[in-house]
Amino acid sequence: MAFTPTKETYAGKVYAVTIGTGDRAVTFGGENVLPFHSFEGTTPNRPLIAFEIQDVPPSDWPENAQKAFEGVSDDPVKWAKYCQDELKARAIALRLVGTHPDRENRSPEDAVKTVKDVLAAVSIPVIILGSNHAEKDTSILVAVAEAAKDRNCIIGKAQEANYKTIAAAAMANNHKLIAMSELDINLSKQLNILITQMGFDKERVITDPMCSALGYGLEYTYSVMERIRLAALTQNDVTMQQPLLGDVGMYVWKVKETTASEADLPQWGSAEERGIAWEAETATALLISGAELLIMRHPKAVAAVEKIIEELI
Amino acid sequence: MALSGVEIFKLLPKTNCKKCGHPTCLAFAMKLAQRQASLDSCPDVSEEAKKILGEASAPPVRPITFGAGDKAVKMGEETVLFRHDKKFVNPCAFAIEVKDTLSEAEVSGLCEQVVSSEIDRVGQKLRIDSIMITNASGDAAKLEAAAKIVAAKAPAVPVIINTENPQAAEAAIKLFADKRPVLYGANASNAEAMAAIAKNNKAILGVVANGLEELSALTEKVKGLGVEDMVIDSGARKAKDIIEHNTLIRRAAVKKNFKPLGYPVINFMQREDSLHEMLLAGVGITKYASIIVLSSIEKWKNLVLFTLRQNIYTDPQVPMQVEQKIYNIGEPKPESPFLITTNFSLTYFIVSGEIENSKVPCRLAVMDCEGLSVLTAWAAGKFTASKIAQFITESGIEKEIATKELILPGYVAILSGSIEDKLPGWKVTVGPREANALPAFLKTRTA
Ligand code: B12
Ligand code: SF4
Repeated sequence: MAFTPTKETYAGKVYAVTIGTGDRAVTFGGENVLPFHSFEGTTPNRPLIAFEIQDVPPSDWPENAQKAFEGVSDDPVKWAKYCQDELKARAIALRLVGTHPDRENRSPEDAVKTVKDVLAAVSIPVIILGSNHAEKDTSILVAVAEAAKDRNCIIGKAQEANYKTIAAAAMANNHKLIAMSELDINLSKQLNILITQMGFDKERVITDPMCSALGYGLEYTYSVMERIRLAALTQNDVTMQQPLLGDVGMYVWKVKETTASEADLPQWGSAEERGIAWEAETATALLISGAELLIMRHPKAVAAVEKIIEELI
Repeated sequence: MALSGVEIFKLLPKTNCKKCGHPTCLAFAMKLAQRQASLDSCPDVSEEAKKILGEASAPPVRPITFGAGDKAVKMGEETVLFRHDKKFVNPCAFAIEVKDTLSEAEVSGLCEQVVSSEIDRVGQKLRIDSIMITNASGDAAKLEAAAKIVAAKAPAVPVIINTENPQAAEAAIKLFADKRPVLYGANASNAEAMAAIAKNNKAILGVVANGLEELSALTEKVKGLGVEDMVIDSGARKAKDIIEHNTLIRRAAVKKNFKPLGYPVINFMQREDSLHEMLLAGVGITKYASIIVLSSIEKWKNLVLFTLRQNIYTDPQVPMQVEQKIYNIGEPKPESPFLITTNFSLTYFIVSGEIENSKVPCRLAVMDCEGLSVLTAWAAGKFTASKIAQFITESGIEKEIATKELILPGYVAILSGSIEDKLPGWKVTVGPREANALPAFLKTRTA
């Protein structure tokens, strides 16, 4: 019995999305195959990893994640420049977590100032994220979208409860938009449809099907991403062809495996390596299931994921 | 994919005698194709047809048990390419490579690491499953010596003997007679000798080739030599090639029922950089490996790999659940704290683990919410005030405890008032949101 490989030809393709401006602009997505199936199609762009920074010091991050940004994380501008210049980041994700009403409850004006300062300091593309408070995010993201006008950023996240205002702001100021739903392929599809019905270009949307960490629901995100990719490629479903986001760092750096010390749990080994490994493995699993864009925290985890991408591509 | 109804029909007696309980041979053939009938029901089917149909209806990836006893590992039996279609069946085995160039102390040390690698996670015992003893020295006596140490120090652990030299293989494999080891290293030039050794020692034969075409030819040849149980290696070592080959192998088996590649896959993942090795192993876990060979097994790395394997191999339709009941943690007294949570395994094991850490004896009520986490169950209307109240009332716990106080997960603080309304005489206390704050919370209460 002679062997003939069963190759698939896919009907659809993932939209290529370019963010940023000038020679530091980057493009991700664009492939017409399942992740890393270069034996049966083309993958013109490698996945993009953005370093996560925030508007307030990362006092809520576990020590091992904080330590990596000691001396720079007290100021978002320093932090952003450090990622760009020292860590050679290709993009950063600025999370305005300090605007959350239960946190520092910073105002839209504060947020605008932070965003302007960061944008003035770096030339790499910037993803601007709210605090995930659906209501507060509307006022914050509208203000910062305008402040970042024409820098071709990604604004997020638009959810079912607030997408209208946020999508309108992203559209008016020429940004891309993250659409986030809750781990359900139909909800994700529906949100993409609602957003495009507003006149928002479907090729400017990034889908966030919601992340979860290794050991804490990763299999759900993994399978939702895999199903979205299959729908995009095999059924040529245009509402599923947006690049997928894995917002990894925020979900990983709160679970016990990334926070508990080796003294408390000797059977789990070195806490620092464990945390880095947890983030890198979560990210890699999501790349294999379909993510084109990742938001991550630890520089060593990012480096490890870049290295495995290099071998996969 | 198995044979179609029409293809099966062609092999049946075509007498329409109805002894199988079906009106016609064709009707019976259709049922067989859908796996809703068994060939045994037809008394007149020829031996030749039985053989063809038997092969066609076997699982696309051959089921093989590796090792013997408690620590034996099941491999193969997979039927799909994507876990959302149907559960992946047999979790891949992790093997650590032990080279025969290592000192006696080093070999023993690695054996000890394997034996003590077991971790309990969400109710499952997870471990490094296997040891691969590699004939790196090229010297048959050294391989045998290393194998002796492994046989003595890790007697229950399934073993892979890795050598291309039949003489070396013969001596080492004897130490694991009746333990279903893998003999790895059959290639185009030594296949006859290796197959004979595998047969005599009831070993699984690991076959290695350069690419999928050569591999298919080699497994056919080995099968012709009388060895049925194989694990296969296409020679892929780079992440990109591993995804390609493993995918094409699984597709050939599942979609085309292509028997020459319908065997469990062994992937060699050893790298200098341990973190990189771990990510590469992650590629193997997600993409169809049945045995993953590692060069080191640090505790942090094991924890990551065990967890990923557990995630990928859970049933996508049914979350892992525990039984609804009131669990005693430690030896609770009537005045000990009484807490509630849902029956999602992950939730239960995290919460009960933290209560154990606190060393405060407690009662933990675990309510059936179809295996959903606290917030998911709440959002799905399964962890509501009235359902909680009903569960508490029907449990009869009132008779066993001194103070009618219920500690609620912090994330569902919003339910506390309405539970009190529905449970007269009870006080509801809101606990911390995250379980890792439970030890401090429980200790300050009893202090
Ligand atoms: C995986 C997941 C799912 C899976 C289900 C997994 C499962 N078996 O439960 C799926 C995809 C099916 C799902 C579905 C839904 N989900 Co859901 N899901 C999640 C996700 C990502 C993780 C949940 C999880 O496993 N957590 C881990 C477990 C261990 O957490 P836990 O049970 O809460 O336990 C912790 C604490 O509560 C505490 N604790 C537990 N017990 C106790 C007891 C005491 C006494 C104390 C003190 C503490 C304590 O300890 C644990 C660790 O700290 C979360 C978001 C997130 N990242 O957290 C959303 C989330 C829970 N889902 C949500 C929603 C809305 C839904 C849906 C309604 C949406 C939909 N898609 O239709 C459905 C409902 C399901 C249904 N059948 O209708 C929302 C809930 C919103 C809210 N605030 O109420 C969340 C928070 C997402 C979000 N941000 O919007 N979901
Ligand atoms: S018993 Fe066999 S021969 Fe008779 S009808 Fe059924 S399939 Fe046909």
